[in-house]
Formats: sequence, structure tokens, C-alpha cells
Amino acid sequence: MGLVQLHLPAFQVILPMLAAPLVMLMARSPRAAWATATLVSWLSLAISLMLLVRVQAEGVVTYHMGGWLPPVGIEYRVDSVNILVLLVISFISAVVMPFARQSVASEVREDKHGYFYAAFLLANCGLLGIAITGDAFNIFVFFEIAALASYSLIATGRERQAVMASYQYLMMGTIGTTFLLIGIGFLYIMTGTLNLMDLAARLPEVNDTRTVRAALAFIVVGISLKLALFPLHLWLPNAYAYAPSMVTVFLSATATKVAIYVLMRFIFGVFGHELSFNELEMNLLLMPLAMLGILIPSIVAIFHTNIKRMFAYSSVAQVGYIILGISFASTLGLMASVLHLFNHAITKAALFMALGCIAYRLGGVSLIHMTGAGQRMPWTMTAFVIAGLSLIGVPLTAGFVTKWHLILAALDGGLWPIAVFLLGTSVLALLYVWRVVEVAFFRPPLRRIKVREAPLSLLLPTWFLTLACLYFGIETSLPVGLAERAAEALMGGYP
Amino acid sequence: MKHHIVLRVVTKIMIPLIVIYALYIQFHGEYGPGGGFQAGIIFSAGFIIFSLIFGLDVAQEAIPPEATRLLAAFGVLLYIGIGLACILLGGQFLEYKVLLANDQAGETLGIIGIELGVGITVAAVALTLFYAFAGRERE
Repeated sequence: MGLVQLHLPAFQVILPMLAAPLVMLMARSPRAAWATATLVSWLSLAISLMLLVRVQAEGVVTYHMGGWLPPVGIEYRVDSVNILVLLVISFISAVVMPFARQSVASEVREDKHGYFYAAFLLANCGLLGIAITGDAFNIFVFFEIAALASYSLIATGRERQAVMASYQYLMMGTIGTTFLLIGIGFLYIMTGTLNLMDLAARLPEVNDTRTVRAALAFIVVGISLKLALFPLHLWLPNAYAYAPSMVTVFLSATATKVAIYVLMRFIFGVFGHELSFNELEMNLLLMPLAMLGILIPSIVAIFHTNIKRMFAYSSVAQVGYIILGISFASTLGLMASVLHLFNHAITKAALFMALGCIAYRLGGVSLIHMTGAGQRMPWTMTAFVIAGLSLIGVPLTAGFVTKWHLILAALDGGLWPIAVFLLGTSVLALLYVWRVVEVAFFRPPLRRIKVREAPLSLLLPTWFLTLACLYFGIETSLPVGLAERAAEALMGGYP
Repeated sequence: MKHHIVLRVVTKIMIPLIVIYALYIQFHGEYGPGGGFQAGIIFSAGFIIFSLIFGLDVAQEAIPPEATRLLAAFGVLLYIGIGLACILLGGQFLEYKVLLANDQAGETLGIIGIELGVGITVAAVALTLFYAFAGRERE
């Protein structure tokens, strides 16, 4: 146990990386591949929780890869900010794996299951790596690992468009990470270091140079592509709509969130909010984009009949909320953003899981498929409605907690029009969720074909997350406490 | 390509050189430019020329598609295995000097080992990609 404790940060990343080739070797037996991947995702969650305990006791947990001391070597650094991101990733993957067995069996060709789970583990490893590392170049490498694995995961979708969607994502994602790499390269030229903490210490000397400002621009644009900030979101709706259900659940809850974390880390931790906001006034760029990003995709979502695509657009809008919180450049706004990372992850995962149940039983997720689904699959649809309420931000759900804190932050900054705007846009979410509810509950089923409730292995994870949406809407101390500490740490720059 | 005698003869002479050069890049990567990635690509390039000239069937008899997948996984496992061995011997992940009693010898062994893992995986993945494209029409 001592050995594990000592190397926790390393194991967080190594474990899925070690399991991926093993799972790939099990390609002949999908069952074994799934079981191994599930076991690993649970162990990952256990490691994240153990790290949480250590972070709460010690403040910061660091690990020096290969025994090389930072800033020369690669440092893994877990503090109050990224522990939350690690928890979100490993929690979602631990919940989605039990869901995956039957969902993947019905949506992915059987001879591909081994590779599918291997790619899933690699995506997991990449995302965890981005969150845990304290080295700028390492962030880029893990971005690529996560991205390449997710491209292949999306391409395993049933429909032929999945390949095209994956290709689109590949193009946009590659441009995004290339921009990130150019930005990191500029920083390296100016400071001679890649360690994030060391960068934060050395940047103030060279802040006034064009190179550093260009680096900030490249990094912000590159990451904005990855996190699907409006108007750089065009890859996302197709990718989410055509990916297998389980992949949509996982990516929607984690991939964009991790990119948002990196954005926060760079503009607050490395560049510092003084440079980013007071001097360069990035809020003038981020705030309008975030507001447009909430407004336009929400309206677009209302008119879509493919529900998965509808909620993909809603994801873009939710990213807008998080970026809006960042653009306030205040501890309160950041706290709301960090909180929404978590709350939106469980809400969207629950929604996409419910859609996965529907796709499993009804064969599709268009509005027509869902006619009368409320009678046929009451449990699934009830979960869908509760998660939908959380998405809208109704009191007693997790979504409300973030909306509340966002509005508080807006009022605190004296931006009352934005508070009104936030309330107004909730109505848009209500509209598109209502369209589904109306069709599912208030219309009789179209066909006489008997459709049963989704199997338990799909229903239990869905309900687990749905109840989590309710639980964290009522008992808010855990996420709010973590988010508060994270926001304070971020505003303080790198300690 | 049976009647292209010049191509066949030249390829036969070239391939051993390409493979030796790949091995040189692989094991000299520590001291000069190169390393596992480049070596893997050069090695697979040599093999791809072979299959272009002598046919995919002959090539797949030598290295079957299943083998490339096994090797791809094996390379990664070798890499991580060495990293874990370092942890078990009391160092950090990938801290090679604990591998042997002599620090310097340990470093050398570790770096050559992981580069070998990288080389195997890269060569195997490049061949897998080539097979996937070359074998498309047959499925």
C-alpha cells in the first residue's frame, strides 16, 4: 500500500495506459476486454479519491517523473484545481463502463470491441494526463493521445456519417492542438522552460513582448477549438450525434471539460489574470463569444429533430456558461465555472445515457422514435426529465446550483444585464427539453410493436447519475467546497 | 512486378541496408539524432518496399497482420513494464538508474529498453496501417 500511496499520481495515468495494450490483446473475447476496462476505470476512481484525500491533507501532491527534478523534468502536480477534474473524469468513466457492456454490444461491430475498449482506455489516460501534468509540453502530448483515441472511438459509430464526423473532428482538433503547440513553443523560446509553475514565475519579466502575447493568443484560440467555444464549435454536433452512445456520454462529460481546465490553467495560472484581463482585456473577447455561444446554439437546438444532435448543441451552450463565468475574472465567477464543470458533466452524462437507453430499445434517437416513449419506457424517460430539469437549472437540481452561483457572480461584478440574460436563456433550454417531453409523454405510441423498458445494466448507471444530479442539487457542500478552493487557487496564480 | 528485374535486384540489395540503418538509428539514438520512432518508421519503410515489389501475400507470410497488432501492444507493454520495474526497484516511474547496481549502466539499459519498445510499436503500427490500406479491396 505504501508503494501505491507514494506513486499515486503516476498510477493515475499509467494504469489505463498499461491496460490499453492488454485489452487490445483480448480482442478475441469482448467480455474479458470489457471486464478489464471496467476494473481499471474503478481502480482509477479509487486512485482519484485517494489523491483527493492526500490533496486535502497536504495541499499539493507532486511527482517527479523519472526522478528528474522540475523544472527540468516532467512534474505531475495535483492541487485543489485539477483534483476536481481528475475526479470528474474517473467518476464518469467508472459509471459509464457498466453502461457500456450492452450499449456497445448493440452499437459497435463485435470484432472491434477489443480495440474499442483499448481506445477508450487510451482516451481516459490522455484526459487524466492533461489534467494531472504540470508540464506544458506534456499537456500537448496528452491532448494528442486523448484526441487520437477519441477520433477512433467516434468513427466506430453505426452510421457511415460517423467516419466523416470523426474526420471533421480530426481536422479541427489537429489545428487546435497545433495552435497550442505553437503557443507553447513561443513561451519556451522566451523563458526556456516548459514547467507551468516555472513559466508563471518567469513570464512577468517578458510580459511586454509580442511573442508572449502571440503565445497567449495561439493558446487561447487553440484550446477554444478543443473546448468548442462558439464559433469554433462546428466539429462537435456531428461528432456527438454519430458516435456510439457510450462514447457520447464519456466525451460530452469529460473531453471539453478538460480543455476548459487547461484554458483556466493558462490564463489564470500561467499568464495570471492581471495580464489576461486587466492588461489585454480578454473579457471583452470571451464575454460576447460566451453569450453568443449560449444564445445561438440554444436556438439551433430547438429546431433539431435528432435528439442527440439537439443536446450536442446544448453542450456548446453549456460551454458558453462556463466561459462566461471565466470572463468575469473574479473568484465568484471562476467558482461558478469550476462548479459547472462538475455539474454539467453529471447532467449531460445522465441525459446522454437516457438517450443511449432509448437508442438501445427504439433503434434511434429522432423525435419520431420517441413518440410515446414515456409510456413504453417510463423509467428511462423519468430519468431523462429529471436530468433535463437539471440542464434547465430548476431548483433542487445540480444545474440550479451553478446557475445560481453564476447569477451571483454577475451581480457581484455589477453586470445585472447578464444576470437577466442568464435567466432568459434558461427558457431556451426549457423549450428544447419540453419538445422531447411533449412527444414522449403526451402522444400515443406510433407503432404497435412492443417496446420494453431498457435493461437494468443500462438503467442503473443512468439512474445513478440522475440521482447524483438531485443529490448535488440539495447537498451542495462537497462540490461547492472543492470549487471554492479551486477558484481561490486559480485567482492566486501558481502558488 | 515479376518482369521488373532491375527493381527486384535493387530492392534485394537495398532492404538489408535499410534494416541495418534502422537498427543503427534505434540503438544509436542515445548519442546522436534518432531513436525509436525514427527507427520504427525506417524499418517499416524497408518492409513496405518489400511488399510493393514482391507482393502483399509474400509480405504477410513473413509478418502476418495479427503479428503486427501483437507487436504494437508488446512495444507499449515493454515501455510501461520498464517504468513499473523502476518503481518496484525503489525509484520513480521511469527512473532507470535503479535498474542496475551501476547508475550509468542502469540509465543506458532503461533508455535502450524503452526506445526498443517505442521502435517495435511504431514499426508495427506503421505496418498495420499499410496492411489496412493495402488489403482494403479483399474484405
